[in-house]
Amino acid sequence: MLARTPVAPPPPAAPSSERPKTLAESHSASLAIENVTLRYGGPKGVLAVDDISFAVAPNEFTVIVGPSGCGKSSLLYLVAGLTELSEGVIRVNDVVVDRPGPDRGMVFQGYTLFPWLTVRQNVEYGLKRKKIAVAERNVIVEQYLDAVGLYQFADHFPAQLSGGMKQRVAIARALANDPGVLLMDEPFGALDSQTRSTMQKLLLKVWEQRQKTVLFVTHDIDEAILLGDRVIVMTARPGRIKADIRVDIPRPRSMDLVMEPDFIALKRRILGLLHDEIDEDH
Amino acid sequence: MAQNSSPLLRILVPFADIPRWLVVSLGILIWVLVLLGWVAASYGGSIPQMFLPTPGLVFSKTLEMIADGTLYTNTLSSVQVVVYGFIVSSVIAVPLGLWMGTYRVVQSLLEPLVNFIRYLPVTSFVPLFILWIGIGLEERVAIIFFGTFFQQLVMISTAANSVSRDLVNASYTLGTKRHEVVWHVIFPAALPSILDTLRVTMGWAWTYLVVAELVAASSGLGYISMRAMRGFQVEIIFLAILTIGLLGLIMDQTFRLIRLKLAPWA
Ligand SMILES: Nc1ncnc2c1ncn2[C@@H]1O[C@H](COP(=O)(O)OP(=O)(O)O)[C@@H](O)[C@H]1O
Ligand SMILES: [Mg+2]
Repeated sequence: MLARTPVAPPPPAAPSSERPKTLAESHSASLAIENVTLRYGGPKGVLAVDDISFAVAPNEFTVIVGPSGCGKSSLLYLVAGLTELSEGVIRVNDVVVDRPGPDRGMVFQGYTLFPWLTVRQNVEYGLKRKKIAVAERNVIVEQYLDAVGLYQFADHFPAQLSGGMKQRVAIARALANDPGVLLMDEPFGALDSQTRSTMQKLLLKVWEQRQKTVLFVTHDIDEAILLGDRVIVMTARPGRIKADIRVDIPRPRSMDLVMEPDFIALKRRILGLLHDEIDEDH
Repeated sequence: MAQNSSPLLRILVPFADIPRWLVVSLGILIWVLVLLGWVAASYGGSIPQMFLPTPGLVFSKTLEMIADGTLYTNTLSSVQVVVYGFIVSSVIAVPLGLWMGTYRVVQSLLEPLVNFIRYLPVTSFVPLFILWIGIGLEERVAIIFFGTFFQQLVMISTAANSVSRDLVNASYTLGTKRHEVVWHVIFPAALPSILDTLRVTMGWAWTYLVVAELVAASSGLGYISMRAMRGFQVEIIFLAILTIGLLGLIMDQTFRLIRLKLAPWA
């Protein structure tokens, strides 16, 4: 899975600052996806991603939508370095991606908190791997627990949390590690609509306070427009880029937007693009 | 489903909880029934003393063997065999099982051999071990080891292999290195299953004890049973069985507590 010949220089190490980091100081990397193709199971296998190219600027929130099975998760796994690409190249801050690393954080579709660690220890996990000193670690962990509103649950195990709370911890865990790029694969897909909109608000708030390069996959178009600076629509399998749409709605944004004419027009356009794909599929 | 049931009918609701006092009373009741059956059968004289001792006889024999120290020395000898065999087996099986479940090369190398040995009855090794090792403590420990090790290896390897791939993936995106995965992710993720495996195989180790001692021992609970059979002292056989059962129960509860302590999340 991870064996690839070209050896990239290690991602730039986090500066070991003497004073604790504040929420404002964060890394944000650029991301370039160049002619990336993925075939599962060798040259004759399933073509999941077909010659995709796009670039994401630092601090840009890019959302990917597309019919299910079109290769959205596969694309994120490629950027994370968890799956080996068949052709093309992916760069983060001009460094070729050839393995997973803490410069690309990820929030997965399913629950992936470490069940044997408490909420606090989960958020602390990446900081420990980076060998950050205890005092600084504690400051960072508390900031992010606070940011996702789970301070009182710091000593609970994941099994004691609801689905929404688990994903909030997963977001805090990814952000505390201060990755240059944050990958999110339908992070709210399994939640009920009430919790989902709470989570969207929370993510908007955290992201607007502290920008970061984000690549966010969803099948919920409201969510895409609400969160994104840009929405990339993918074709049905094999995944290609069908449209790349800028979302010029000013920030800070709120849930009320979904009633605005601009929002509705954009939604209609994206829905149209997606329906073309789904119709062709059947 | 159970809204309007009377308390009496509630106990017939599938999966329904019953009051704690009832749980305890039923647990005691079954033992009282067994004891009553034993009393009736032995004192009633329907089964001769030679085959079924009276509870009183077993009790007085117990006191006698406690007083002269023979119960203690033989119990200690048996516990020693089981504990040594079990510890040696577990200390090797846990890390090796984790590697086997994590790395395909280790699995491919070991599995053909392990699956062959695993289905051999441990009794088939007894003559060989006596020939090779003699009839000392080492031979009995070897029997316990052989009975538990291969089972543990397979079960721990399966536990390691069923750790969610996305848990490992998440750890990579948080900066875990490839060589750190076994220790930082696979081991803690599989720990509840590993502890369950140890608990179950500890029970099996006790069952091999008697096999080991029946044939080749000069002390131990299995040994005194065997000797008692030749002397028609059925009360000693009863005593040995009760002691083994009691020790097994204590071990099992100890493991339950260890698991609560070491893996409180699961
Ligand atoms: N490990 C795999 N091996 C083979 N095919 C796969 C694998 N993972 C995904 N696929 C296939 O690749 C396609 C894209 O999958 P995925 O990226 O999960 O889609 P999405 O996230 O858009 O729903 C699907 O047709 C899926 O069946
Ligand atoms: Mg997906």
